[in-house]
Amino acid sequence: MRQDHLITATQLSRDDIEAVLDRARAVADDPAAYADRHAGRVLALCFFEPSTRTRMSFDSAAKRLGMNTVGMGDVDSSSVSKGESLSDTVRVIEGYADALVLRHPSEGAATLAAENVSVPVVNAGDGAGQHPSQTLLDLHTIRENHGLDDLTVGIMGDLKYGRTVHSLAAALTNFDANQHFISPESLRLPRSVRFDLHETGAQMREHTDLEDVIGELDVLYVTRIQKERFPDENEYHRVAGEYRIDAETLEDASEDLTVMHPLPRVDEIAPDVDETDHARYFEQAHNGIPVRMALLDTLMENAEAAEGMEVDR
Amino acid sequence: MSEHELRVSKIRDGTVIDHVEGGQALNVLAILGIDGSEGFGVSVGMNVPSDRLGRKDIVKVEERELSQSEVDVLSLIAPEATINIVRDFEVVEKNRVTRPDSVTGVLSCPNRNCITNADEPVDTRFDVVADGVRCDYCSTILRADIADHIDV
Repeated sequence: MRQDHLITATQLSRDDIEAVLDRARAVADDPAAYADRHAGRVLALCFFEPSTRTRMSFDSAAKRLGMNTVGMGDVDSSSVSKGESLSDTVRVIEGYADALVLRHPSEGAATLAAENVSVPVVNAGDGAGQHPSQTLLDLHTIRENHGLDDLTVGIMGDLKYGRTVHSLAAALTNFDANQHFISPESLRLPRSVRFDLHETGAQMREHTDLEDVIGELDVLYVTRIQKERFPDENEYHRVAGEYRIDAETLEDASEDLTVMHPLPRVDEIAPDVDETDHARYFEQAHNGIPVRMALLDTLMENAEAAEGMEVDR
Repeated sequence: MSEHELRVSKIRDGTVIDHVEGGQALNVLAILGIDGSEGFGVSVGMNVPSDRLGRKDIVKVEERELSQSEVDVLSLIAPEATINIVRDFEVVEKNRVTRPDSVTGVLSCPNRNCITNADEPVDTRFDVVADGVRCDYCSTILRADIADHIDV
């Protein structure tokens, strides 16, 4: 990957993805070899909305590369609450760090941030937009379980606002993958994501009922349907119930089906699924470490090359 | 003498934007950033009869020759427009508008949650796609109602 930033999954080619995933595999095989790779470098964790696992995962990945991390603390107590623009905030933070990881509630925030700084920016979620580092670890999980070609993937839940869905769908177009999108009518993929899928000639179908396709799937990627997306709570409960899976739902599935979820889950995957061989969502979360190490390593390497620095390996 | 010539007289030097879809003349001026404060003579004819469009608008800006890149953005709301450059009452150049690759600082993003709607010091930027425009920041696609999102 020769990119300076990771902003959307649409920017990633098959080669980009495979290079990061190969490196992630190497990191997982021999983490000690990467331990001091970026010693003395600092990663800024700029989280403008709450996050536990993504922030901790980047924090841990950076430290395992020998980097230090700095965070902004609670947004309510930072200068953001005093009305400072994101453009100004990242320009200031750029002086404190060698790379930025950004989560922000507005779509396009990471694009704007990248335009204002010269250090690498990783989009760790921009509103209902994109979450491409999650996609890399999703793809790593799929690759380790099935490979990335000749693949049939079902993506279910909140496809309209689900940023992990938007990134995953875009990235899968690089591979020989059939994509099935399963959601209530009101939470179908947004026009912009469908546009990109059609532009790339992706093989895709949309469904309202998981039963229509479950037998065909190699991977079922489940996402949470959030209560706040529905004006009426009864309607939420009715819809959410239809997109909940349990061990019985999976009786019609292939033996090799992999069930994934970006987590946190609420009740869309029943605990009895955890006991089946299908469940891979905890493995998927753990893959965040080698994949984000590989990603940070790649971006730091690119930045150092761009600076023309001699890097001692 | 045709009806629109009676309504909007000839200009000595400047630009005539003709064959604008009826009702879009004020949007044309807005996109071009012309509000009268510049001191140019500006004449506007709205809903005048046209063989080609049925009804058309026509905009004449005196003492200013608009460049192709300035007028290309008009193709989003006035794809049939013709641009006539006038010198000493003669049309010396006649061009059609062509679709630009992108449009900066002209449209507002319809997505209220887009970072460009968050009081940031940034111009909006849209790529021109097959049948509309697409926000470079949040990817939202705007198709039918582009004129409603002119924000200059």
